Amino acid sequence: MSQAVPAGQKWWSGGKSPYNVEYGKLMMWFFLMSDAFTFGAFLISYGSIRFASNSWPDPNHVFRNFPIIGEMNIPLAFVSLMTFILIMSSVTMVLAVTAGHNNDRKGVIKWMIWTIIGGLAFLSCQAWEWTNLYSEGAWWGKIATDAGSHFLNADRTVPTTNFSNFFFTITGFHGFHVFSGVIINIIMLIKAWRGDFDKRGHYLMIEKAGLYWHFVDLVWVFVFTCFYLL
Amino acid sequence: MSNEAILHGHSEVDTSHDAHHDEHGAHHHKETFITKYVFSQDHKMICKQFIITGMIWAILGGLMSVLFRLQLGYPDSTFPILEDIFGKWAKGGKIQPEFYYALVTMHGTVLVFFVLTGGLSGTFANFLIPLQIGARDMASPFLNMLSYWFFFLASVVILCSLFLQTGPASGGWTVYPPLSALGDANEGSKAGMDYWITGMALFVVSSLLGGLNYISTILNMRTKGMSMTRLPLTIWALFFTAVLGVLSFPVLLSGLILLLFDRHAGTSFYLSDIFIASTNKALPSEGGNAILFQHLFWFLGHPEVYIIILPAMGLVSEVMSVNSRKPVFGYMAMVGSIFAITVLAFLVWAHHMFVTGLNPFLGSVFVLLTLLIAVPSAIKVFNWITTLWKGNIRFTPAMLFAIGFVSLFISGGLTGIFLGNSTLDIHLHDTYFVIAHFHIVMGVSAFFGMFCGVYHWFPKMYGRYLNNTMGYIHFWVTLIGAYLIFWPMHYEGLAGMPRRYLDYSGWASFNQFGDLNKFISTVAMIVFSVQLMFVFNFFYSIFKGRKVTTQNPWGATTLEWTTPIRPGHGNWPGEIPEVHRWAYDYGKDGREFILQTEPVGSSESKH
Ligand code: HEM
Ligand SMILES: [Cu+2]
Repeated sequence: MSQAVPAGQKWWSGGKSPYNVEYGKLMMWFFLMSDAFTFGAFLISYGSIRFASNSWPDPNHVFRNFPIIGEMNIPLAFVSLMTFILIMSSVTMVLAVTAGHNNDRKGVIKWMIWTIIGGLAFLSCQAWEWTNLYSEGAWWGKIATDAGSHFLNADRTVPTTNFSNFFFTITGFHGFHVFSGVIINIIMLIKAWRGDFDKRGHYLMIEKAGLYWHFVDLVWVFVFTCFYLL
Repeated sequence: MSNEAILHGHSEVDTSHDAHHDEHGAHHHKETFITKYVFSQDHKMICKQFIITGMIWAILGGLMSVLFRLQLGYPDSTFPILEDIFGKWAKGGKIQPEFYYALVTMHGTVLVFFVLTGGLSGTFANFLIPLQIGARDMASPFLNMLSYWFFFLASVVILCSLFLQTGPASGGWTVYPPLSALGDANEGSKAGMDYWITGMALFVVSSLLGGLNYISTILNMRTKGMSMTRLPLTIWALFFTAVLGVLSFPVLLSGLILLLFDRHAGTSFYLSDIFIASTNKALPSEGGNAILFQHLFWFLGHPEVYIIILPAMGLVSEVMSVNSRKPVFGYMAMVGSIFAITVLAFLVWAHHMFVTGLNPFLGSVFVLLTLLIAVPSAIKVFNWITTLWKGNIRFTPAMLFAIGFVSLFISGGLTGIFLGNSTLDIHLHDTYFVIAHFHIVMGVSAFFGMFCGVYHWFPKMYGRYLNNTMGYIHFWVTLIGAYLIFWPMHYEGLAGMPRRYLDYSGWASFNQFGDLNKFISTVAMIVFSVQLMFVFNFFYSIFKGRKVTTQNPWGATTLEWTTPIRPGHGNWPGEIPEVHRWAYDYGKDGREFILQTEPVGSSESKH
């Protein structure tokens, strides 16, 4: 297991991993590619339907509430906070992986806890946002169309329900990924805390969880762009 | 990632399972019935689970086709026995329209996904990958086991749907909305469609788990000396099959999730401006697009047909080379064409949609890309024929099926070129011409590839041979029967006879085909019964077949024939052999064949 790689060795000639990674990481990379196609299909569907519609609700109008404060004049403030939280949790994940490289159990535990907190915070924000939109009359198959509705099309015409349909389906699917990620991270935390990785001699599992977590973050950047900015 | 490990001073990653498995060689773990036959993690046992599940599905799917062929061949007759068996579905001994649609839908679903995808890839990827690359097992035997059990669950769900009061899904295997989205529109779109979606979602999970495993096993677990260009073509084919599956099935999953919401959450992803006659109601749905589903479906659907045919191509290449006693012709060209097919498979899906109102300019782009696929396909065909050329051919049943595959692939591929031209397709779309095309090029061909694999590797799987006489009967009846069934369908299609109709006798223009339909139905029943003979042969030979007495009965070069006749878990009792040459050294320097494990001699000629 532990000889150094001789110089000039052929990586592809068999008997070793061509990328010098164990199979689990390879599987994770391919899984993420697969998952990227799932999200890609959703977002392209969204794009095609939206492109084919005459008009569409204006995100600056829809997303302008903030918990407690209520209606704000700065649109997108809340989602910026959510995005910031998620990106910060990616940073703490990087720190956890680095700590894993150094076989620093304490560090791994500390940063995993922060990552989990970040994930939970993001999910809570999403729960609040969903509730808020729901209370304003948006849900799968529903959208408020009265004169004061936030969901009127940018050109003030009556919207179809497809804004809600895509919003809840895609952010829901992403939220489900974040949720799974939090579960995975909690399992990793428990394993690290019990010293399983020290026994194994490496923290590769943390790296794999990290790959997944960064991917979920990356997807959010696209989801965020598609629903809030465009 | 590769240099990261080096940068961080990590040691080279150990890719073999030696430390764990070498104990296996000497003595066995205590295995119970459950761990050995049910929740087995041995790839060879999982292969057998896949093939037997696949066979059960093939019989059921075949039986469905016999039933609807009965209707198509004898639209005026009644068969009281059908009413005894199927009750209201065959009232008065006549197959009812709902039943007919359910039959064709489930026939397609079962054969495309459960037999030719799950059954074919599941069987041969599991069996051949570890054995031919020189690995103890899959990268993750556990996920591999899960892959089978998800397949099993998916099978159970689909099987249950057959017994629903409102029947299984019946909107065609492509489940186009709005029909599949609206329970009011059709009996099969009630609970049956939910079962279908659930079953397919489980199937996607199974195929994903399997595919990830196949890819990482092939990349990571090759034995020493087994460089990628020394891999047998079977492995290359299975590798790209897995890549296709991993990248295309998720898109189907997305499409089905949206469909599920349309069915139950009041959304209108695929629905717009709909009036249902049966309930006399206009739906509020607005803004959706039914064509969107077709794009999502065919983005999977077209790669899917190559997911089905690539493994068959790999098996055929290998069997053909072994039994011609010649190296496969153009090894690198073969690998290159598999790769080209894989890439192009993602770029042609809209050729299924030429008549959806697709922009004709866009259509012409897809025509071009579609016709491009003919190039790698033709390269492969030429290479097979040149492999046979001047070969020292042994006509084993496996070899016959391999040759039959090439014949069928040519016949069906040529009609693909007709269909790939959008101007012709406007006339041919949704006619029996399409049915003929894809049954010959995909359905029967892939079955031939699978049979060729089963006859060839059965001795390795079970340590016994299949019965040859039955094998020859099986081959000739199936080949002649397949052509007799599907060739005439081209004429029906050219005459404009649409697919998916229950009864053509009411149309003057299709009346002329009454006798032809009768003929087709009769041949179909004969061919089906010969498949039952194959199933008998299979199970009989497991227990009573002639025993294999030598390690390498076919005189092949690949690694699986260096294992014991009945390999245990871990495949090789001692060390895994090292590989020194490619997989196709046949008839070289006056020797009939040279195993991959033999070091290259100093005086050996180059190939
Ligand atoms: C030269 C190669 C090929 C070309 C140009 C080609 C072209 C086409 C076209 C244009 C259609 C759509 C016909 C229509 O619905 O109007 C079609 C249908 C189909 N093809 Fe091919 N094809 C080729 C090879 C294959 C292969 C190798 C397979 C499978 C292994 C295959 C499987 C199918 C299936 C399953 C359908 C029909 C699906 C359905 O509508 O239910 N084709 N082909
Ligand atoms: Cu196609």
